[in-house]
Amino acid sequence: MSKPLNTNRVPASLVSKDTKFRMNIIMLVVLALYILSSVMTNSSILRFDADFFANVWNMIVQLFPPNWSYAGVVVDKLLETIKMALIATTIAGILCIPFSLLAASNIVQNKFLYNFIKMFLNIMRTIPELILAVVFVGLFGIGVFGGILALIIFSLGILAKLISETIEAIDMNPLEAIRASGGNTLQVIWYAIVPQVLPQFVSFTLYVFEINVRASVVLGFVGAGGIGLILQQQLNFLSYQNVSTIIVITFVVVVIIDYISNKLRGRLV
Amino acid sequence: MIEMKDLSLVYPNGTQGLKNINVNINKGEFVVIVGLSGAGKSTFIRSINRLVTPTEGQLFVDDENILKYKGKDLRKLRTKVGMIFQNYNLVKRSTVMKNVISGRLGHTGTLKSILNLYSKKDIALAYESLKRVNIEEKLYSRADQLSGGQQQRVSIARVLTQQPSVVLADEPVASLDPPTSHQVMKYLKKINSEDNITTIVNLHFIDMAMEYADRIIGMRAGEIVFDGPASEVNEKTFEEIYGRPIKEDDIRGGTEENVETP
Amino acid sequence: MNIIVPPKPPKSGVKTIRNIIIGVGMLALYIWTFATIEIPWDRIFSQRTVENFDRVIPKLFSPDFTFASRVFEYMMETLFIAFTGSFMAAILAVPFGFFAASNINRNPFLNTLGKWILNADRTFPEILLALIFVVAIGPGAFAGVLAIAIHSVGMLGKLYSEVVESIDMNVVEAMEANGANKIQIFFYGIMPQVIPEFLSYAIYRFEIDVRASTVLGIIGAGGIGTLLVISSRNRNWDEVGMILLVIIIFVSIIDYISTFIRKRIV
Repeated sequence: MSKPLNTNRVPASLVSKDTKFRMNIIMLVVLALYILSSVMTNSSILRFDADFFANVWNMIVQLFPPNWSYAGVVVDKLLETIKMALIATTIAGILCIPFSLLAASNIVQNKFLYNFIKMFLNIMRTIPELILAVVFVGLFGIGVFGGILALIIFSLGILAKLISETIEAIDMNPLEAIRASGGNTLQVIWYAIVPQVLPQFVSFTLYVFEINVRASVVLGFVGAGGIGLILQQQLNFLSYQNVSTIIVITFVVVVIIDYISNKLRGRLV
Repeated sequence: MIEMKDLSLVYPNGTQGLKNINVNINKGEFVVIVGLSGAGKSTFIRSINRLVTPTEGQLFVDDENILKYKGKDLRKLRTKVGMIFQNYNLVKRSTVMKNVISGRLGHTGTLKSILNLYSKKDIALAYESLKRVNIEEKLYSRADQLSGGQQQRVSIARVLTQQPSVVLADEPVASLDPPTSHQVMKYLKKINSEDNITTIVNLHFIDMAMEYADRIIGMRAGEIVFDGPASEVNEKTFEEIYGRPIKEDDIRGGTEENVETP
Repeated sequence: MNIIVPPKPPKSGVKTIRNIIIGVGMLALYIWTFATIEIPWDRIFSQRTVENFDRVIPKLFSPDFTFASRVFEYMMETLFIAFTGSFMAAILAVPFGFFAASNINRNPFLNTLGKWILNADRTFPEILLALIFVVAIGPGAFAGVLAIAIHSVGMLGKLYSEVVESIDMNVVEAMEANGANKIQIFFYGIMPQVIPEFLSYAIYRFEIDVRASTVLGIIGAGGIGTLLVISSRNRNWDEVGMILLVIIIFVSIIDYISTFIRKRIV
């Protein structure tokens, strides 16, 4: 690197040799990884042959037209899905408050406690909600209860992380002022922290509600309630027109919820 | 009423904040602490309400050594010692009224304060305090809609609502323009004389110190290097305190005359 | 004592009514939700649940290490699915990203269309996509790869388009003034500005896709979910514990590496 450039020679390339070499190596590694992984998953580009497109087309043809007489059942189950998401988001929203305070480095002076909570939340976020649902269904039996618990734990991890980061970014001066006028810890939280994080708190909770609606669609596959249950059933019966009814209605509802939530969040922050 | 005996403070990183401070401040005095930044003015002030804790010596407020205070005692101390900050330290998203009423927190139970259940008397007191700094018409504005000078007046109102016997002000005018600075100092002086509140103000502007102080304490490197009535002070004294000639930055200038009334 | 109470805050009637409507609406929503959700409380608080806890919890926390090599195998398949899918998406998203960027695609109609397509794609849950592919081309990792790839294009395309919209167009102008053609401008003026962010987002998406791939197996689209279904059906909770442990370790490591690389890129 520190070698002086030989200015007498015409440069061979636009970037330095080292950079070029490194870029090429990275490109090669990424490409090799892709080839390896596409072979291991049996999904190389060669799979996209005429047969593939014929199969997919066949499937699409079978899905249409959706069976609208089945819509009543779908709406019922979809409402259950939304209720699950709503309950889980609400409870997670309440539970995340102590967690996010404990996971904010500007609030918790005890380094050990802070790191412990952070690590705990990080681990919690690595567990997919479906696996949580499997475990809770094993504990509490088939039904929405296990699904709700799974969603609570899953969204608690996300919410606590997002909100603790918001708390870490607040203006610390008002805290000092409230403390200086004799406020206790709870009063400091309520008068100096809450007003500063409330809009983000609501916004993130709505965002997690969106995620939960989508996540609860699949919980039924492991017996944890909601629309996934009938989806699996209809697939097993090979009644694809009912399947497409489920897919279309679910998609429309998810889009509507996302839209409303996005509008609300846009007005908040 | 405030007495420091051999008071020293060493920060965890080894910085000496205060060094052998011995001082006695009487009820109702208007004291201005001067010194360069890093001289220990802020540490001095923050020791009195224990936002920092001196590591050696004794500090008496109303004849009680406050250095051992914890929990409830500490909050009680802070209730009677109000504080004003350079950056106003208001909750920007809350209304002026909510910021001012937060001065009552030390007097109000946790549950009551969380549910906003203040007595009529407290609310009236908060409103009265706003009136005293002439900003009552901004009652329901959000704090971030006010100018710097207005925000500082709100923070004075917050302190008044606290009904303190001591007010500490840490560089209260450093973020303001000259006319507004004079206005804020006048309000501080006014509450000092009307309510007989002991007032301790950190300043680094020598002209303002001379104009408003009863007594000036000069600090350098954590030590008191001057202590005397404002009438005995001249530019020479300041050059001794600062350890260098007076520069233009050390003078605020201006008067309250041309302050813009919003 | 003469008490002067501050004037009441000015309240607009419309706002008050709106707030009341929102409040009543929220309350009704919650009452309806809690009243109609079917939770069999008597079964949940029964002896059976206690027995379940005895049966499940101890085993869950003593993972079956003889099972580790199989779990590892399937976890690798999960990673391969995620990598193949993210790689395909990272490349497919480039044209979409430019198509949806308002400073490149000046046609407002096509531009909005592009944004809509990406939004719709992003909203379509990947597990539903995987389901369609499992039915169409049979169970296996390929279905998972396709679902991941197609779903990821939505998010990556949107993020890419935002990156493209934030580039310094003066450079492009300078090159136009130089007499460079569109393709030259693309490679010399635009790509160098966007490549680091594109890469960073692609890696971030890979991180998400690893998590998503762990559940694909539940519907037969390959990866560690396949094992999870078998183990949980057979109530081998020590195996479920092992699966959980491996997922936590792998996802944590990948998050860590991904964060490290992304920090270095941008």
